[in-house]
Amino acid sequence: MKKEFKVIADLLPKNVRVLDVGCGDGSLMSLLIKEKNIEARGLELIEENVKKCIYKGLSVIEGNAETELHQFPNQSFDFVVLSQTLQAFYNPEKVLKDLLRIGKSVIISIPNFGYWKVRTSLLFFGKMPVTKTLPNTWYNTPNLHMCTIKDLFHFCLEKNIKINRVIGVNEDKTSEIKKSNLEIKNLFSKLGIFLLS
Amino acid sequence: MSNKLENIKKLNISKPLLLDCKQTVKNFSLAYETYGKLNESKDNAILVFHALTGDQFVSGINPVTKKEGWWVTAVGPGKAIDTNKYFVICANVIGGCMGSWGPKEIDKKTNEPYGLNFPVITIRDMVKAQETLLDHLGVEKLLCATGGSMGGMQLLQFCATFPNKTFSAVPIACSTSHSAQNIALNELARQAIMADPVWDKGEYLKKNTQPKNGLAVARMVGHISYLSEKGMQEKFGRKLQEKADYEFSFDADFQIESYLRHQGYTFVERFDANSVLYITRAMDYFDLSRQFKGGLVEAFKNQKTKFLVISFSSDWLYTTKENKDTVIALNASGADVSFAEIKTDKGHDSFLVNEQEFLKTLKGFIDSMHIKFKNEKRI
Repeated sequence: MKKEFKVIADLLPKNVRVLDVGCGDGSLMSLLIKEKNIEARGLELIEENVKKCIYKGLSVIEGNAETELHQFPNQSFDFVVLSQTLQAFYNPEKVLKDLLRIGKSVIISIPNFGYWKVRTSLLFFGKMPVTKTLPNTWYNTPNLHMCTIKDLFHFCLEKNIKINRVIGVNEDKTSEIKKSNLEIKNLFSKLGIFLLS
Repeated sequence: MSNKLENIKKLNISKPLLLDCKQTVKNFSLAYETYGKLNESKDNAILVFHALTGDQFVSGINPVTKKEGWWVTAVGPGKAIDTNKYFVICANVIGGCMGSWGPKEIDKKTNEPYGLNFPVITIRDMVKAQETLLDHLGVEKLLCATGGSMGGMQLLQFCATFPNKTFSAVPIACSTSHSAQNIALNELARQAIMADPVWDKGEYLKKNTQPKNGLAVARMVGHISYLSEKGMQEKFGRKLQEKADYEFSFDADFQIESYLRHQGYTFVERFDANSVLYITRAMDYFDLSRQFKGGLVEAFKNQKTKFLVISFSSDWLYTTKENKDTVIALNASGADVSFAEIKTDKGHDSFLVNEQEFLKTLKGFIDSMHIKFKNEKRI
């Protein structure tokens, strides 16, 4: 989803240091370097993607975010970005803690399980939803801990994680999410992007 | 062998070099070879550091042994390190035996080969000597420096001792210090040489001979450690060497035995036994963290060099874990570091053989660094 990367890029100031956890083929890193002159580093599990990044001249470390975040020193990045991966970890809480340790701020995006189409799929068809943002079926999905924007919002409050901004994304439209409009935005956003610290 | 060495390129280093053992040397020779041409903007120079038994002849045909250079799989026209595009430099390490100052050279004080009178050198000594060569060749800053195994260790030392002398660096299958297992294997090699009566406390060259049996066993130890268990099993298994059944003798019945003997006895034709002692010692003494008060973090402080650390999944000599420790240290120092593990059964040897995934990664990195380096130079 290109819009997601655009929103993330807009959230970032120029010339900062960013760690992209689960950086894939480096598309986001390339965008951040080009548009914001950002010093970007990536961590990526899939060998093929690691090579794609290397060929593009991007800095990437092959490794597993679940077990290898310890190698990054405290507060060594201005921002840590985790794009649509939080739900795929065995222990998202531990990963999130690590991200907040490494980065002064953290940007997390999640596919929203509270989106109305997801809800109707379960409600009317009694089947696990398959959508553009959640393209896998129940038996082959990498997502172990699906959550909604509301879930993550409450989680942050509970754990005393400071929520600076939450942005809901639906196709090309974005909107600010606050405590006051959380219910409605949780219904109509396909994606939630959180800026935490 | 000495006659053949007369025509190779040598730099006489006249500037005194203070070795780690506190001896100072001057007017010693460093043998080297180059491939390709240094371009006008001088942004295409790549320095290669060789491994334990390597030499300066990276590519093409080695003029002394008449065999292919040790890294022809990676370096040459159209190869991963393309000599049509890049200027590749490699020097024989001091302590070596391909023309550089080493234990088989003549000691001017005695007019005899040094033997054990040669000082115990270190990886840092090797690297300092090679840095002099860059000035001589007119290279101010390298595009890239690379090396596998001991070559990788030299590279890490080079980056720590001469920060930002290279725009990018690819340490391959190496570590920031030699592990107990690696010291043990080197000790096995040394003991094999020293147990050969011909070795004669390193004096054999005076009698114009070579402790072939000991040196061959030393090489066999090495070759076992360069392969992986799986790779060895797949390649050799229990296959017999040109025979239908066991011979009930101690000849080489199995192919693996024959392979090791062949590797061992061809090695003695081209290598000096004392050089093995000196170079393995240098590897064992290597511990980058020991050189800096603040340890490894201090060693890599203020690095602008862009690193790509590469390991091989089946390498048990310099494991992925050890390579990752280098990455962690670089990360902790804030250096720009990438890391890739190549999945292969070819063991430590992977960087020397035709391992496509490795070669593609190496090429992809160096080519992309060249573009960045050119841009940096333009600014």
